[in-house]
Amino acid sequence: MVKSVLLISRQAPWAGVGAAEALDVALAAGAFDLPLSILFMDDGVLQLLAQQQPQRLEQKDLSANLQALPMFGIEQLYVAQQCLIQRGLADSPLALTADRLDDAQIQQLIRQYDYVVTL
Amino acid sequence: MKFVINVLSSSTAPSTRRALHFSQAVLAAGHEIVRVFFYQEGVLTASNNLVVAQDQQDIAQQWQAFIAEHQLDAVVCIAAALRRGVLDQAEAQRFGREAVNLAEGYQLSGLGQLHDGLQQADRLISFGGE
Repeated sequence: MVKSVLLISRQAPWAGVGAAEALDVALAAGAFDLPLSILFMDDGVLQLLAQQQPQRLEQKDLSANLQALPMFGIEQLYVAQQCLIQRGLADSPLALTADRLDDAQIQQLIRQYDYVVTL
Repeated sequence: MKFVINVLSSSTAPSTRRALHFSQAVLAAGHEIVRVFFYQEGVLTASNNLVVAQDQQDIAQQWQAFIAEHQLDAVVCIAAALRRGVLDQAEAQRFGREAVNLAEGYQLSGLGQLHDGLQQADRLISFGGE
């Protein structure tokens, strides 16, 4: 039986290469048709914000890679609602559709996967 | 039980030392390590250019010895390694770099090797942060 992975992405998009390397783990799973979902938590929720201007930081646009996730078969995205609230982003538009989960729902989510990879 | 060990911090991080001790305990208890995967700053553990003061533990050297002793499958993420300056002969040639510094016993490969390991294993234990 194929084993599933929940990737918990916790790094801000412009805080170094961490967020991009987390995304690469997801894209690699997608390339091999393996079941993987992503939960954005902590500063990782910032990756989902719409209308970012990475060029002003001389950075590549990470959200373009995020948009590619469905093409790699990664369609189920989750975001920790509490982490959005803590950052004043509860009502901010997100660039991607992600299910907003409270802490109890996150507990349940984690139990559904064979592995959890936190980056 | 079959384990994949994921090393995410550099060789100077306490977590990389804990990863080594955990891995030793896994084998001592009769379990199997399917693969050790080095990712993010963890790839620096596979550099043979690290020089550690005599009065300090050389965790990278201990990792290398442990991998050799047990003939472990030690895979270093190639993209993460290249951007941190850890190159094998082929990559040094490809990119016209003088230094080859991937330590013996490690191999550069893709993230697919992490997922492949997970499909074979029962447990993933990751070591990152401090």
